[in-house]
Amino acid sequence: MTAVAQETGRAIRPFRVDVPEEQLTELRRRVAATVWPERETVLDSSQGVPLATMQELARHWATDYDWRRCEARLQALPQFVTEIDGLDIHFIHVRSRHEDALPLVVNHGWPGSIIEQLKIIDPLVDPTAHGGSASDAFHLVIPSMPGYGFSGKPTTTGWGPERMARAWAELMERLGYSRYVAQGGDWGAFVVDQMGLQAPEGLLAVHTNMPATVPADVDEALRAGAPPPSGLTDDERRAYDQLVRTFQQVEYAKYMAARPQTLYGIVDSPVGLAAWLLDHNDADGQPAAAVASALDRTTSDTGELTRDEILDNITLYWLTNTGVSASRLYWEYKGGFFNAKGVSIPVAVSVFPGEQYEAPRSWTERAYPQLIHYNRLDLGGHFAAWEQPQLFAEEVRAGFRSLRGPEIPGPRR
Amino acid sequence: MTAVAQETGSAIRPFRVDVPDDALTDLRRRIDATRWPTGELVPDREQGVQLATMQELARYWTTEYDWRRCEAKLNALPQFVTEIDGVDVHFIHVRSPHADALPLIMTHGWPGSVVELLETVGPLTDPPAHGGRAEDAFHLVLPSLPGYGFSGEPTELGWNSPRVGQAWAELMRRLGYPRYVAQGGDVGAGVTDAMGRQAPEGLLGIHLNLLVTALAGPLSGDTEQERAALESIKTFQASGFAYFLEQATRPQTIGYALLDSPVALAAWMLDHDTDSYYKISRAFVDGQPAGNLTRDHVLDNITLYWLTGTGASAARSYWEDFGVAATAAAAGQARPEVSVPVGFTTFPGEIWRTPRSWAEQSYRTLAYFNEVDRGGHFAAWEEPDLFTAEVRAAFRPLRAPQVPEPRR
Repeated sequence: MTAVAQETGRAIRPFRVDVPEEQLTELRRRVAATVWPERETVLDSSQGVPLATMQELARHWATDYDWRRCEARLQALPQFVTEIDGLDIHFIHVRSRHEDALPLVVNHGWPGSIIEQLKIIDPLVDPTAHGGSASDAFHLVIPSMPGYGFSGKPTTTGWGPERMARAWAELMERLGYSRYVAQGGDWGAFVVDQMGLQAPEGLLAVHTNMPATVPADVDEALRAGAPPPSGLTDDERRAYDQLVRTFQQVEYAKYMAARPQTLYGIVDSPVGLAAWLLDHNDADGQPAAAVASALDRTTSDTGELTRDEILDNITLYWLTNTGVSASRLYWEYKGGFFNAKGVSIPVAVSVFPGEQYEAPRSWTERAYPQLIHYNRLDLGGHFAAWEQPQLFAEEVRAGFRSLRGPEIPGPRR
Repeated sequence: MTAVAQETGSAIRPFRVDVPDDALTDLRRRIDATRWPTGELVPDREQGVQLATMQELARYWTTEYDWRRCEAKLNALPQFVTEIDGVDVHFIHVRSPHADALPLIMTHGWPGSVVELLETVGPLTDPPAHGGRAEDAFHLVLPSLPGYGFSGEPTELGWNSPRVGQAWAELMRRLGYPRYVAQGGDVGAGVTDAMGRQAPEGLLGIHLNLLVTALAGPLSGDTEQERAALESIKTFQASGFAYFLEQATRPQTIGYALLDSPVALAAWMLDHDTDSYYKISRAFVDGQPAGNLTRDHVLDNITLYWLTGTGASAARSYWEDFGVAATAAAAGQARPEVSVPVGFTTFPGEIWRTPRSWAEQSYRTLAYFNEVDRGGHFAAWEEPDLFTAEVRAAFRPLRAPQVPEPRR
């Protein structure tokens, strides 16, 4: 790479979403021309996403659904692209009008995107307009993971959570944030755990809504399919049982970890993509109960997940042709899932009841010895920011509150 | 069901393949309109079916491939449909010119179909015309599994391999064969193994080219061969098993892509075992097929799945055999031993090379075992002559005048 190209690479370029009309026409044409399988032979979703669900979603997608509404919402946000470690990284960057706001980088997961985070932007950036105080304000950075959304697609192996974590630290430095915090769920939780392990200069703390807390002996029993170790408390035993169930529902993850390239159908067939993106689990079902109920919700005054938001996310995957490139993240990652990783910087944890497992306080305290916040919520699940944006924003505020103001510690070295 | 319907059901109706031009035009249009992902990030099949392989397959499929050639080949064979247990079963039925030929029902697997077995029809039914002897002749029955090819798709639960095995016994009875043998690989091996355990009246013996019992639980690892086979199974379960898990748990979900995108279907079907993948990939990319596993033959099979829209229903057979409900139902249920004579052939490219000791442990009635020097998972398809020689050899002792009376 020449010096000039490096210069260009480090530049932060404005980005605007502007999908050509013919791409939307082509999408609708493909949806309308779908060749359908016959109906499943069961009355529930035990063979996958039911035909009736997919046909109703496809009908709406091809007729009433309006991508331009989502696009306009994205265009109203300051977006940028910058090259990090050889790859274009797309991100939303919204500065708070409160000068001493705390910089925060928020990481989405799979099958998500920046669409998951849109509803938390205002409450986090402008808390006084959303029931908070100015001292809770954040400068917000929401990157698209490599291979996802408007970020570049890696052309070489190695873009796992570890490398993303380093990229986000570089991004925050490039944006001039010398002290900041990070937040994540799903893959985003893996990334913030890695950030915690790498402890880049300037990272004060992380908040996770999918904490990795499982002690080594419990993790071993889970992998072996063995009975739980003796002496678990009720909370721990409950978490163990939830994890057993989770590991019975992750064939989609195992598939992507093994054969991401074979999923040609999720970039060639919109309905194939939609079914694949819908068929992941949460505590209450597979497809995730939160998503299944959202498909029946056409509007929400309280910010709950709606059918159009589900389609915004799926349509983003379609338009960016990222079904396969996003799947490769599962192939890249060879580490453990919910096992404690040894993060020693300050960590805030929110436990939402619909998550894969409800991390017990006991495990969480051991996994994150500098635990600065632990709270169990009554509502919300795996897509906490998407499902319960107000609650989620309150958790992020509360989680990082102790780091603020005169009490903000100096950057660790 | 009324008596009249039953009458219709048990009738054996002639069947002919006749695909409308529209379907072929639409298929080509869809392949041409394929939207591709970016290429894999590794130089081998470790992330799945390689982009270059798929793009060359798609090019050949739309420009040089001719389904009508396959259709003519199928229609040159006597084909029938008959309703068994509520499902229309399609089958090829070729009677040998030799009146005392041994009736044989041979079952394909996944991702296969009757197309896998077509090159064996001549040698098995008419051996003198193919370098064999008249006394090795078979009357051949090649059914399409329920949910596959031209058979009907079950609309109710329970169509697992044992149920298919029962349907095959009924089919042979209906065809008027009081004494017969059965053969199978892959899913067909599961069906044939089940038939061996059910031991329907008239079944004289079975021949298998996949040891399905090895997937049910670990076999011994005492010899070098056994340890090598265990290692191969471990590799398969660690890296080659993803399609199996997906089909066993979420056939409907992957079904949407398989029904809507020809390239998705082709990739899904190519992504089987390592040996056959590289053989097929070389056939397309380097123009160097292994044996009979040519570009046209591979596409005949994929096109058959496409035209019959059976990607999801075929995948569902794994849900029926290996899904959560199936596994729970089978748990703790002792299966009867196979009581008829068993023949087994190990092909070297198979997912694991079954040692004789494993075949003996699995089947106390093992009467024939051989390991050959060519061929892989799709043995009948890849090496039809060698495969035919094995089937003849395995069943030779069961023939008249040594043919035993039907048991009981």
